[in-house]
Amino acid sequence: MVWNRIARTLRAGPLTEPAGAADEATAHALAERLHAASQARLGRSLAIRQVDAGSCNGCELEIHMLNSVVYDLERFGLHFVASPRHADVLLVTGPVTKSMHDALLRTHGATPDPKWVVAVGDCAIDGGVFKGSYAITGGTDSAVPVDLTIRGCPPSPAALLDGLRSLVEANGR
Amino acid sequence: MVSALLGLLALVLHLALMLAAAPLLTGLIRRIKARLVGRIGPPVTQPARDLLRLLRKQPVVSESASWVFRAAPATSFAATLAAAALVPSFALDMSTAPFADLLVVAGLLALSRAATALAALDTGTAFGGIGASREMTFSAFAEPAMFLVIYTLALLVGTTNLDAIAGVLREGALGLRVSLGLVALTGLVVAIAENGRIPVDNPATHLELTMVHEAMVLEYSGRHLALIEAGAMLRLLLWASLLAAVFAPFGMANADAPLRWLPAIGLWAVKLGLLAAVLALFETGTAKMRVFRVPEFLGIAVLLGLLAAIFLFISQGFA
Repeated sequence: MVWNRIARTLRAGPLTEPAGAADEATAHALAERLHAASQARLGRSLAIRQVDAGSCNGCELEIHMLNSVVYDLERFGLHFVASPRHADVLLVTGPVTKSMHDALLRTHGATPDPKWVVAVGDCAIDGGVFKGSYAITGGTDSAVPVDLTIRGCPPSPAALLDGLRSLVEANGR
Repeated sequence: MVSALLGLLALVLHLALMLAAAPLLTGLIRRIKARLVGRIGPPVTQPARDLLRLLRKQPVVSESASWVFRAAPATSFAATLAAAALVPSFALDMSTAPFADLLVVAGLLALSRAATALAALDTGTAFGGIGASREMTFSAFAEPAMFLVIYTLALLVGTTNLDAIAGVLREGALGLRVSLGLVALTGLVVAIAENGRIPVDNPATHLELTMVHEAMVLEYSGRHLALIEAGAMLRLLLWASLLAAVFAPFGMANADAPLRWLPAIGLWAVKLGLLAAVLALFETGTAKMRVFRVPEFLGIAVLLGLLAAIFLFISQGFA
């Protein structure tokens, strides 16, 4: 029964893994960049739109885990949204295939300023295993300017959380 | 003169409390829901932070949008705010009490909904159209139920004025009645439908095809979206206060007795907290309905409302 489960969960307490301190160096670098661009700070609240620019869905599986009880992204003031119009952060995965190049550009255009682009996974950074292929334009920065990269093939949810938290920290101070 | 001034003061305090408590109530529900599934969850102040963030952003408006799209968020929010000024929270006999007709409240909420639905159609996107048509379908079923609630309460108390109804029910002169119980159930179902909560709609969904309210606001950004989200939070608080005022009116102060305000505010907060906990528990324990089953769910509400009115006639006669 669902009510028994809920009662058990309440008794056991949250299963979320405690988070350590945020990545201070990255947060500082991002905050510096914000300051240099005299961009408005959004506070401890960021909305994320995930953009699949030709990914194998490996990164998506890991990104999906951020919503789980173990990583619980929402406790840091981050959440996923259903429209680029609602978003502050574009989480781009995949090597940017020729077919998705235009879609990525248009998503970037539909996102209100100020906004950040985060390239997730080796493919989104430079093309990864697809580097040199005729079907890709090669990395997120071939289409839109990138503010933060998160390495890995695919990056672990913990790595994703570290990267996204440094963005929140940069906006929150 | 003094009582008129106190009524105005109570109204100002009421509106300030409503605006401050609206994001907190939404935050509290999210926090409780997170705890119920074993997450830590966002802080209670997170919805307020989200609103501030949206205000700092540059809104993007689609090229195909007309003035309807730009006017709708303000219209929708203003109508909800006006309705919020009529629904008593901690004090009865505020300055707005003479206009606090339940029919006016229902009308203002319908205006707010119509503005959002028109704006959803305005940009011509597919999901906006889906959302608007679903929202209107649901409200076509929810509104008769709402009017049956108003009708039964009017039969019981002799007026459709919310302030007077709350006043009579606070005295407990009517006692416990079957009709009142049925009306309370109907009111709860209508409140769930009007606020787009589970099982009618899922406020946290990311799947466009299952969206109702969210699908209508997909095109909005920046301060427009902030107004719409604030309006939705205010509507939830308004409904919670409305249900508390009608079905649990005990402990509400009178506007001309300012010494009683503080305990009344505390009691109001306790009632809201309880409602938030019940809603979170219910939403965690149930699944969202298929869109085509929602009219059946709302049909049950209409039926219960009708039964409430009929029982009243049976017990009182037609005199």
